[in-house]
Amino acid sequence: MSLSIAARFARRELRGGLRGFRIFLACLTLGVAAIAGVGSIRAGIEAGLTREGAALLGGDAEMEFTYRFASDDERAWIAKTADRVSEVADFRSMAVVGDERGLTQVKAVDDVYPLVGQVVLSPDMPLAQALDGENSLPGAVMERVLIDRMGLQVGRTFKLGTQEFYLSAVLLREPDSAASGFGLGPRTIVRTTALENSGLLVPGSLYETKYRLDLPDTADLEATKAAALEAFENKGVRWRDSRNGAPGIATFVERLGAFLVLVGLSGLAVGGVGVSAAVRAYLAGKTGVIATLRSLGAERRVIFQTYFLQIGALSLLGVCMGLILGGGVPVLLAPILTAQLPVPAVFSFYPEPLFEAAVYGLLTALIFTLWPLARTGEVRAATLFRDAMAGAKALPPLPYVLVTLALVGVLIGVAILFSGTLELTLWTAGGIIAALAVLTLAAFGIRRLSRRMRKATRGRPALRWAVAAIGGTRDEATPVVLSLGLGLAVLAAVGQIDGNLRQTISGNLPDVAPSYFFVDIQRDQMPGFLDRVENDPQVSRVQSAPMLRGVVARINDIPADQVAGDHWVVRGDRGITYAGALPENTTITAGEWWPEDYAGPPQISFAREEAAEIGLSLGDTITLNILGRDITGTITSFREVDFSTAGMGFVMAVNENALKGAPHSFIATVYAEEEAEAAILRDLANKYPNITAIRVRDAIDRVSVMLNGIASATSWGAAATLLTGFLVLIGAAAAGEQARSYEAAILKTLGASRGRILSSFALRAALLGAGAGLVALAAGITGGWAVSHFVMETDFTVIWPSALGIVSGGVIATLLAGLGFARRSLSTRPAQELRARE
Amino acid sequence: MSEPVLSLSNAELSLSGNAGLVKILHGITLDVQSGESLGLIGPSGSGKSSLLMLMGGLEQATGGKVTALGQDLTAMSEDQLARFRREHMGVVFQSFHLIPTMTALENVATPLELAGKTDAFDRAMEELQAVGLESRADHYPSQMSGGEQQRVALARASAPRPDILLADEPTGNLDGSNGAAIIDLLFGLRDRHGATLVLVTHANDLASRCDRVVRLRDGRIDLQEAAA
Repeated sequence: MSLSIAARFARRELRGGLRGFRIFLACLTLGVAAIAGVGSIRAGIEAGLTREGAALLGGDAEMEFTYRFASDDERAWIAKTADRVSEVADFRSMAVVGDERGLTQVKAVDDVYPLVGQVVLSPDMPLAQALDGENSLPGAVMERVLIDRMGLQVGRTFKLGTQEFYLSAVLLREPDSAASGFGLGPRTIVRTTALENSGLLVPGSLYETKYRLDLPDTADLEATKAAALEAFENKGVRWRDSRNGAPGIATFVERLGAFLVLVGLSGLAVGGVGVSAAVRAYLAGKTGVIATLRSLGAERRVIFQTYFLQIGALSLLGVCMGLILGGGVPVLLAPILTAQLPVPAVFSFYPEPLFEAAVYGLLTALIFTLWPLARTGEVRAATLFRDAMAGAKALPPLPYVLVTLALVGVLIGVAILFSGTLELTLWTAGGIIAALAVLTLAAFGIRRLSRRMRKATRGRPALRWAVAAIGGTRDEATPVVLSLGLGLAVLAAVGQIDGNLRQTISGNLPDVAPSYFFVDIQRDQMPGFLDRVENDPQVSRVQSAPMLRGVVARINDIPADQVAGDHWVVRGDRGITYAGALPENTTITAGEWWPEDYAGPPQISFAREEAAEIGLSLGDTITLNILGRDITGTITSFREVDFSTAGMGFVMAVNENALKGAPHSFIATVYAEEEAEAAILRDLANKYPNITAIRVRDAIDRVSVMLNGIASATSWGAAATLLTGFLVLIGAAAAGEQARSYEAAILKTLGASRGRILSSFALRAALLGAGAGLVALAAGITGGWAVSHFVMETDFTVIWPSALGIVSGGVIATLLAGLGFARRSLSTRPAQELRARE
Repeated sequence: MSEPVLSLSNAELSLSGNAGLVKILHGITLDVQSGESLGLIGPSGSGKSSLLMLMGGLEQATGGKVTALGQDLTAMSEDQLARFRREHMGVVFQSFHLIPTMTALENVATPLELAGKTDAFDRAMEELQAVGLESRADHYPSQMSGGEQQRVALARASAPRPDILLADEPTGNLDGSNGAAIIDLLFGLRDRHGATLVLVTHANDLASRCDRVVRLRDGRIDLQEAAA
């Protein structure tokens, strides 16, 4: 019964239209749109990756081998299974033009490459023609960036190892580039057969071979995969198929998407502050109406239901507008987005992300409107005759508090469910809740401080009025500090984390990192190599070690992933070294290193920290698959390995006799003065063309470029939060406009000039903005420190330019919002304003 | 005879509202002498408050001329008017119009601060003592009764020792005893500082305490007479 009456009242109240609800709707719409937008783009990319799976992979399925080509038996199995097969070898090498050298990621292909999709070249020509070459030299194609870096031109020649190539064309697009993962150098494509005399791809060299399979239409991918893994058990083969053609990218997109949705949630929380403020302001204006309804006999329940239904209807409207905006913009911008993205994407309306955004939006609206709605129960009929609201409690009745807490729990649960990342979601939720709590306390503190400063500001009227307004009875500080503070805190945290990560990678690292990594050094080349670098006075340190790569297949005879889960050591192949005597500067933390001439069953020394993370103990056995063969060893010692210096570090070292017979090469790190780097590279590359040098500074640059992308995506998410915060500010400024007009009218009556009143308004906004900025900065720095310290385990220093930018941003944002609404307050004649109050 | 403190010559006021342009005051000509107390009476809507607003420069005349202390208010900008009020006028309103975010003491000190008085707060406290509210100095308007708020407003208006004191139905929102106390205070302050007083009121007995009474009807002066 009461609900139907409430519905009738609510309908009548809705006749007032959207007056007073613009900011409410804008906050909710923007928050929902940001989440729906991120989700839709993620869904679009995932759909694109699925649709283009075969092209991304270069076939229906791929089998990958490390450091070797498939054996005859393996080739026979592949040929029997697939209609067509393409063989690709992937490795790093140095392209050489005269004295210029550039690191390149070489793809050596056969005649049927690519099985799916097309290689696009400039000038336009078939790949086969380009690889045929000219003047009896084999052909090659190369990415523009490397051509330009080496001053090369199409029609000229360059060397890979000892083989000279004719550059036929610029490589514009390779269909399977997205599946190739992170490469340290730009791409060069040549024929595998052209490398026969290059000195590259010899036993022990670091390379991968990929066999792309074009399967019959009737083939069942799952069954074929099972058959392949059975046939090649213990051969170190890795299987991928078109169901997930670019697993690295898919995982990256999924994780980044989940992270951005969580950033979006912080935006929604900021929006929630605006929603709450708008509902508060609206209901404050309705006090008379509510009191009248109460005097006419309406029960509290009817009043609550009336406004609950009204606000509920408006929330639905806001959520729907957000869904249309967030779901529609990616579709509308599809041509631009598709052109910008390095991966395929299919933009459309995807129900799942829209549902996710709608759930977030509705839960947030409920959480932030429940308390203001609960206040309607406190309005008594007596309010009509006097201010019976004075002295109302800050907290609503207990049931509302409990329901709100339950809703927050549901929201966090839903976020965990949708994002699939328990820890990150809990950290984010904890961060948002803690930030809101800190900011509420800060707003309270700012008001208290303003009251205390009143005496100190005597004699400076503009400042005193500003301080009085901030500390006064009308709470202007809380919505401003909360909304702007949370937005700025997110931005500050992102800025500090990004800055510290960059500083660690590109600032501090080069001081401790080697100048070069040299890989693929053959055993017989080691004496000459060491002779060149160790006798160079500008080289401070050289480290070298034999290196093989292998996969941790089993731990204590149980599949490794069942023991170590998703730990990075058991994902993919790892570098493994061997040694007789304990290498210099090695610290054993537990167990004992084997005797130098030890020739018994294989023993393994494992990195201490990683062993602890996986839960390994001395005496555990590890089965390594190296070049298709299983070697099982016992862990007999743990040792310290520092990966943070980018120096040489192996998780696993095996006794010499266990591995020295396997084909392998050596790896070396050279620490040299920067001015000596070029000469070392030139001498070694001339003498040993097969050796690949990776300049650490260049590698750091590549990582920085990748970080730029992630940082800018995160910044966009944070910017959406800040924009919502700005909307809330505008809402707060708009809500305070009447009060400011009134104050301005009285001050003018008392003789204040408009300039003085304006400067007081500006000071008020600037002080609040600076306050919010400083609190946000403290919260952001704390958040940044926590992530750097606990998650990334890097040192943390405050990035001051970013920090100062945040505080100035806070001041500017509040100034803009505050002064934007000052014009009317200043221009209204005092009599007009004061008469309206009579 | 000395130059009048306030002089209105054929002053007119029109305001635009939802119903179009409404003429509030029609050609008002009136002089107020220094030290005089003038009562403005008349029925609701007769234009009493509007006339007071013109005198205070809170409203700009749409015709005629308004001078105060020999200066043409109609020729002044908003800020010039504000400065003029700061130096020469005190205004008391029916609805008190205290600044809600400031305490009683701060409200009273505001015009003194604007005038650059270094002892603004000491003087403000004296004014509050004069109206018997020194114990309420740190209270906000919302924490005070109507009578107390109007006493604060009176203290604020008289604090800068204005030449002209304008009061717009200062007892309109108060009960009888509070109203009488306010009027006693108003006249007491005016007598103490020798200001010229213009008092808008509904009550004939209040107006009769003034030296002269002007009655308005439909925006025109209906009657001018010396009080009994």
